[in-house]
Amino acid sequence: MLPQNLQADQFAGYPPQARKLAVANLAAFRQLPLSFLPGLLREVIEYDFKFPAERSAIDKELANLSSLSPTQISEWFHAFSLLSLSSKLEHLDWIARPAQFVEQESAYLWATHQLDAFSRAATDYGDRLRSVLPVEPLPVRRLGIAVIGQGVASYDEPLFRNLRAHGTYFGKVKPDDGLELLLGEVEARAKSHPVPYGHWYVDGGAAARQSPSLTNVCYQALEPTRSNLLKYMQTEIARPGMGPEELRSDLARLLPSDLGMDKAGDAVLDRFQVRLFTEGSGTQIFSTTFAQWTTREALRRAQPLTLLVRFAPRQRQKPMNELLSNANANPELDPAGSLVDADMAAYYHWINQQRLPGAEQSSFLTWFEGHNQALLIAPTLPRGVQSDSAMDLKGLLALATS
Amino acid sequence: MDQGPFRSASATQAPRRSSLSPQEIAWRLGRSRRDFLRDAAGMALGASLMGATPFVHAATAARKRKVIVITFGGGARDQETFAPEGQINIPHMLGELIPQSSFFTQVTNQGILGHYVATASLATGVYETLNNFSAVPPEHPTVFEYFRKDLRRPVSDAWVVAPSNGFNRIGESECRSYGAGLGARVVLPKHLLGAATSGSNADYGHLLRDNYETPLYAPQIGGGEFELQQLETILKLSVGDFMSHARTLSSPDELSVYIAKRLMQQESPSLLWITMHDIDIAHSGAYSLYVDAIRRTDRLCAELWKAVQEEPEYAGNTTLLILPDFGRDADQDSGGNGFQHHRTGDPASRTTWMMALGAGVRQGVVYDSPVQSIDLVPSIGAIMGFSAAQAQGRPIKELL
Repeated sequence: MLPQNLQADQFAGYPPQARKLAVANLAAFRQLPLSFLPGLLREVIEYDFKFPAERSAIDKELANLSSLSPTQISEWFHAFSLLSLSSKLEHLDWIARPAQFVEQESAYLWATHQLDAFSRAATDYGDRLRSVLPVEPLPVRRLGIAVIGQGVASYDEPLFRNLRAHGTYFGKVKPDDGLELLLGEVEARAKSHPVPYGHWYVDGGAAARQSPSLTNVCYQALEPTRSNLLKYMQTEIARPGMGPEELRSDLARLLPSDLGMDKAGDAVLDRFQVRLFTEGSGTQIFSTTFAQWTTREALRRAQPLTLLVRFAPRQRQKPMNELLSNANANPELDPAGSLVDADMAAYYHWINQQRLPGAEQSSFLTWFEGHNQALLIAPTLPRGVQSDSAMDLKGLLALATS
Repeated sequence: MDQGPFRSASATQAPRRSSLSPQEIAWRLGRSRRDFLRDAAGMALGASLMGATPFVHAATAARKRKVIVITFGGGARDQETFAPEGQINIPHMLGELIPQSSFFTQVTNQGILGHYVATASLATGVYETLNNFSAVPPEHPTVFEYFRKDLRRPVSDAWVVAPSNGFNRIGESECRSYGAGLGARVVLPKHLLGAATSGSNADYGHLLRDNYETPLYAPQIGGGEFELQQLETILKLSVGDFMSHARTLSSPDELSVYIAKRLMQQESPSLLWITMHDIDIAHSGAYSLYVDAIRRTDRLCAELWKAVQEEPEYAGNTTLLILPDFGRDADQDSGGNGFQHHRTGDPASRTTWMMALGAGVRQGVVYDSPVQSIDLVPSIGAIMGFSAAQAQGRPIKELL
């Protein structure tokens, strides 16, 4: 099966909005190379469960593709068309299962030394697409906040080493009511600029509170989901013939209902949360990894205007079989190691935020919870310097957003 | 378990692309390592040195030559190792090993970046394409087969110590003209421990950690009569003594080094290959555990080199080669998640380094010239006097 032979009825198994979208863009799909199209369909098939920012991006991408002439299509996708795929790949059901196709295509490209060519083609395509799409101004400057080090009484090593060159280090922060002040400011931003999935609070432990104005993702609240997933994995791993690739495919098919999530929940957010566990590596066992990966995926997919993440101590390292069995309800924690994890995660938070539109105007704050160290990156602040100003978290946020 | 490179095809991402080509970036990575080393360890530049390597004058000693290869399954990036901010993690390599070594700053791996397939490629000198997660033999002859067939060496003269279940086929290829009976013996220390403890792992769980490349799939540790026979007849180690010593160790790689040292004492193999794996805990996403593993690996490399000096069979006639199988993703590559994986195929994940020290090696020299990981086997062949006939790499001239 090749793209030029596509028919509308082949999308009958897609969810309603995804099906409508695919059929409307059939003419464009037929002109795309097989090395590219399933990657696009992998996004389209999930359209009904995408965040608004993702839907908007898909809409714009499809509109652009449909506006291109056949000659332009040939030119845009020339590098993809040079990639050689196997007949086995051509015979896969890439319309109904684009994600599985992409996974096998990836393995094939690695094995045939074509991965670098694919990566270049994909990067060039992304750059070119962005250059022709209009950039809409943000309603407010983007703000990221990472709260790290919960439960650590003292720490002598330098923090924020990767970020210091990009912002101002504050060593005399007044920590009183810090988390409350930060959450309050995030909630105030959400009320002033109400955007669906535009303001997030991610907690790697127990949430300080559930705020109705925010998109809340909390590791502890997801414990039943995580526990069900680990049980499922244990059962699958024990099955004869099971291997890592089969397990990955099985996990990719899991839905919120398979893991006992409430059917009355937010379908988009529930799917997102399941994906955190089924696509993430280590999110199932370490809360710090969960918080970092959630932050990355929320920024990449939902492109929030505000994201506050608070890291909590993860469990101490044990043999993987033991971690996956989830047998101990009260595992030993590793606060100091978690601080190191979170310090690096804060750096990644900033990097991922900088990949989004409006990066040059965005701000980022990271704070050692309960302590007097913080680092602030903002367009108005100098970089690579230290401030001796004593101020509370509200004052720092005022600097970040002024 | 996360996405591959395909996400970058979506318009929803904004990969930051360097204006440099991958080759230029790899070159700059190598240059940075050289600069870091020059500053930290006072290394000289290889290009400024003239004259032949000591190997040229060592032909008569070739029969006694021993080679030990240490690979890291799970590369460590410059910012956690050779860059100024990372040097705190490698005090032994920086202070003890590198000053004695020839250091190659730009080793690239153009193959598949999975640990088993990459290690198999290192061992064959060909970019293998086998399934990374299957226990299958390499397609092409391994360095052990070349060594044993060409030099007519007994099975006891080539050994592999590897921590992971899948590596039990690494010692021998499926090539018909080599293959069966000509490979290395493979010892999997975790198997040994699993067999010795008969499934009761309460005190040894920390030594039985699994293959982190697939952290969601943790195959059960097996073990059996064969492994226990190895323990007693070859390593001359009672089950009780083995378990007693294992209790004093803290990681699978410590167990591997313990077994390797025991092999050196009891069998004195001429070709010994050790695959470390602790660093690959990075796949779990816990940065602190990744850094801890780098520090441990640094210490273990120095410990093994010290053992070489202390063993009469090895002291003075052993060449030690240390190299990661590949790197890890760069922080800035939007297709990856920084240190956690090696899935983007970006220059940072493909570019690594190699350290050679001991017999026949110039000390304190840095080489910037690019080499490939598949050059390792032909180079070992040149050092030991066998021909890696089917290897696709080339001998590294700075070692000849």
